[in-house]
Amino acid sequence: MTEPTTEFPPPKILTLSPTHKPILITQGAEGRLYKTPSPIQPNQFCALKYRPPKPYRHPILDARLTKARISSEAKVLDRCYREGVPVPAVLAKDAAAGWMMIEWIEGEPVRVGINTWLGERPEDDAVVDHSQQDETPLIDLMKRIGVAVGALHRTGVVHGDLTTSNMMLRPWADDTLPNGHGDKAEKAKAVAGDVVVIDFGLAMQSQSDEDRAVDLYVLERAFASTHPRAERLFHHILDSYRVAFKKAPGVLHKLEDVRMRGRKRSMLG
Amino acid sequence: MSKRPASTGTSDPAITSKRPKTPSNVTMSLEPIPLEHIPPNYRVYGALFRDVSNAALLQTQLISRNPEFEYAFIDASTIASRAHLLAAVWNAVYSAVEGNLRTPNVHSEVVASLNINNNIADGYRRWGIMPDKTKDLVVIKILSSPEPLPEAQQEKEADQVWTHLTAQIEGRPVRLTDQEIAQVTDWQKVRKYYKLNGVPVLDQTKDETERRRRMESLAIMGMALRGL
Repeated sequence: MTEPTTEFPPPKILTLSPTHKPILITQGAEGRLYKTPSPIQPNQFCALKYRPPKPYRHPILDARLTKARISSEAKVLDRCYREGVPVPAVLAKDAAAGWMMIEWIEGEPVRVGINTWLGERPEDDAVVDHSQQDETPLIDLMKRIGVAVGALHRTGVVHGDLTTSNMMLRPWADDTLPNGHGDKAEKAKAVAGDVVVIDFGLAMQSQSDEDRAVDLYVLERAFASTHPRAERLFHHILDSYRVAFKKAPGVLHKLEDVRMRGRKRSMLG
Repeated sequence: MSKRPASTGTSDPAITSKRPKTPSNVTMSLEPIPLEHIPPNYRVYGALFRDVSNAALLQTQLISRNPEFEYAFIDASTIASRAHLLAAVWNAVYSAVEGNLRTPNVHSEVVASLNINNNIADGYRRWGIMPDKTKDLVVIKILSSPEPLPEAQQEKEADQVWTHLTAQIEGRPVRLTDQEIAQVTDWQKVRKYYKLNGVPVLDQTKDETERRRRMESLAIMGMALRGL
């Protein structure tokens, strides 16, 4: 999720029509994400996820891996969407060419919303008495995260890279936004919105408590390092996960083991 | 572009043509549909005809591969929305550009692209024009040339297509909008063809507008994931 520093040639699909210049949003280890006009909805954008060919891999193997990974991600999104997990819909894909177009999700990543809420003054944290502060809007967001992850796991999908950067806060309609003016209302707005889970590039279908617990563990660690000042609220995510997902107790039990030993089950390899 | 055709002349003497029954106060024309991520030497046009009475004849022309009838004829009752339709159109044009057509031409590809599996004949039967069944008809015309056409020539081209369509289709042309499509969508058919019955997210969604938006998204996703 870092700012791209180098210009890459865009994929062929984005060079066919000269009307718009694609906007590179992120550049990851495996793929790139562009913001580009939707092929089917006028005046709307879509996200194009592109996995460029890897020159260090054998071409046949590379083509096969790229195709399988795009297809697998599209399948996971379809499965989640059907089950009511909030994820972007797939609009079109060409797995052989290494791309798929998905719905553009408006709003900011959850990471940004939480950091806006927490504000700019970490040195104050030690002296702030949290009981004096109304933290309800932030706690509500944590609960929505737990519900979203619970829904995801209920579907039989584990995400593989759960972080607050891989969740979007899709703004609510104006009439459901928190009322009022001033700092308090502004802060509440920062953490308002539906949680939409994105980037299923590492996702897989799994029903095992172990895989689910690792998902939660990755989120817990990411949360602690991205939002250390909100770490003491992380348990709200797990609490609502427990309510949202029937098989949560087994997963949370497993999470204790995973915390003891870390993400990798085996020390081999 | 917006001129109504004065004559119903056709170069195919086998077709007995009738004047379309358009209310005289409505000036209709063939709508150019701009599509993103498609080379500019491709042009897409679309129209919707209500209460079509000669579906059997039109289908015969398709089956006999009459070159005058290179159109995508789609049974409008199977279409959830304009975006749903355009997803199939876009996919067909993209396949043509990439040289990956699975059917004889780009027009049949539009119809086959509406399907969620790879059975082409099945796609024609469900989404294509069918005698005695098709009452409302979506027509898509896709044209290409080595170089992009100047605007004046595009208008002329659209006028020619429109003249032919209104001469051959016995029906009432309306605009190809979401509102007009919504008048003719058979949601039971859409649910069946896209396997949407019992899909949890639809049962969870109480608001009818939102549920239809989700059915549209699921149909588009089914098409995008065809064969997976």
